[in-house]
Amino acid sequence: MRAQFVLSEISVGLRRNLTMTFAVIVSVALSLALAGGSLLVREQVNTMKDYWYDKVQVSIFLCNKDDQDTVKTCQKGAATDQQKKEIEADLKKLPVVDQIYFETSEQAYKRYKEQFKDSLIAGIVKPDQLQDSFRVKLKNPTKYKVVASAFQGRPGVMAVQDQRALLENLFNLLNGMNRVAYVLMGLMLVVALLLIVNTVRVSAFSRRRETGIMRLVGASGYYIQMPFIMEAAIAGLTGAGLACGLLVSGKYFLVDKWLSKKVLLINFIGWDQVVTVLPLVLVVGVLMPAIAAFFTLRKYLKV
Amino acid sequence: MRLEGSRIVGQPGEPVPALLNPPRLADRDAAVIRFDNVSKTYPKQTRPALRDVSFEIEKGEFVFLVGSSGSGKSTFLKLILREERASQGAVHVLGKDLARLSNWKVPQLRRQLGNVFQDFRLLPNKTVSENVAFALEVIGKPRATIRKVVPEVLDLVGLGGKEDRMPGELSGGEQQRVAIARAFVNRPMLLIADEPTGNLDPQTSVGIMKLLDRINRTGTTVVMATHDQQIVDQMRKRVIELEKGRLVRDQSRGVYGYQH
Ligand SMILES: Nc1ncnc2c1ncn2[C@@H]1O[C@H](COP(=O)(O)OP(=O)(O)OP(=O)(O)O)[C@@H](O)[C@H]1O
Ligand SMILES: [Mg+2]
Repeated sequence: MRAQFVLSEISVGLRRNLTMTFAVIVSVALSLALAGGSLLVREQVNTMKDYWYDKVQVSIFLCNKDDQDTVKTCQKGAATDQQKKEIEADLKKLPVVDQIYFETSEQAYKRYKEQFKDSLIAGIVKPDQLQDSFRVKLKNPTKYKVVASAFQGRPGVMAVQDQRALLENLFNLLNGMNRVAYVLMGLMLVVALLLIVNTVRVSAFSRRRETGIMRLVGASGYYIQMPFIMEAAIAGLTGAGLACGLLVSGKYFLVDKWLSKKVLLINFIGWDQVVTVLPLVLVVGVLMPAIAAFFTLRKYLKV
Repeated sequence: MRLEGSRIVGQPGEPVPALLNPPRLADRDAAVIRFDNVSKTYPKQTRPALRDVSFEIEKGEFVFLVGSSGSGKSTFLKLILREERASQGAVHVLGKDLARLSNWKVPQLRRQLGNVFQDFRLLPNKTVSENVAFALEVIGKPRATIRKVVPEVLDLVGLGGKEDRMPGELSGGEQQRVAIARAFVNRPMLLIADEPTGNLDPQTSVGIMKLLDRINRTGTTVVMATHDQQIVDQMRKRVIELEKGRLVRDQSRGVYGYQH
């Protein structure tokens, strides 16, 4: 196949339907940006779940000396060893409790630093600002109230927190956003497909003279269809490139520059996860229009 | 059994004089086109466009296909090009059974056939030599070959010196010469022409016929559908006549029609 011939056919075709090509590019870019965005949000949820979910379900934070003035149950200062022993003994008596971990403020600090090593707040917190805590895993996570009522307000206990419930809210929000993104993506994908089909159809129609002659002089079907398919693929690739640009700037501006400064308690997805999504976006961006073009041509371009 | 010109039209099984009966096997091999009881009914049509047509055309022949409008001439040519497929019977072109030729092999067949139409079918935005070169480019011929053969064929059809004109700057006859050059540039075994003089005045038509005759004399088989009585009567070539899809006459050195 003569590359020069095909290239000139493609550029003529693309310029001939500039507006349609533009519409294809924009719709492919939007649908793929939404698709990539949804994948990344799911990745985000999984990252957080992996870290948090099975580790703890209920945390009982014990008083440290800084809580003396702010928390009523901590008026006597940091929790004593005696109080800790009593709490542990009482926890063991509760039938809903599965496992108990004790985390010192030092350990909490280490974990905290590990988790936020990329983020600015890692340096702000000092070990003695964090509390010692019992991390309690329940046999049945919904029985959180049993633990709460037993320990809330007890001297030496700063707070009882169901972290799962906290996380669940966040996950629900993210999953909800994801669902919206999926619906939008589906719609955009349909729009993109319709535009591609129509563009290819118009393109095939405007060049029916050429293709008719090519057919009669014995050009292969492959040769006749290739310029149209490449046209669609190039438009798709351009759209996919834009989508990648949107995802990268989303990660940079939205997550790194903004969210990670506003929302401190979450570790956000890293660049490695973004980078793995980009090739996927590009491949889909090329294949989807190419395949759509191929099937459109079977209908509108007799070979 | 009748004798028409030197060709025999008879009933199957009827005895044929030995001298006039060529060896059957050699006959088959020499046939460029062979129709065996071919019928064609277009989808959603009740009346067939061709009914039970059988004949052979041998290498180097020049054949006129005549018949009134709607008698099936174009259908006949489309079956040879495998633009349409026979509903019944077998079509052999250049030794290939078209019913058994897979789709991806059709381009290979068409590269051995040249096509000329009433409406020229040139690309208006390409020059004369670009139009001819296009036919070679799209079948992947090397550029060196194209540069060599395009001027040659343009000389052959009498368009030397007009290579860089646009089709719009040519007369109808000249445009048809470009189309013939394009059809012939790949030196096809068989040239198929559907009313090539249909849009031309008698004077110009004679020029085109001379050109087709010259191409025929290089060994290329020519099959031409036409309404042009004068041309058929003058050339005295083999004539196949269709009437409502039936082959009603097959005559060598024939004329347009008895009734005219
Ligand atoms: N694509 C088609 N679909 C249905 N019917 C068709 C088609 N092409 C041709 N026919 C019918 O088949 C018959 C033969 O048509 P054909 O074009 O072969 O005639 P023709 O001899 O070439 O006529 P003309 O001299 O006017 O060109 C006609 O009745 C026509 O209506
Ligand atoms: Mg016709």
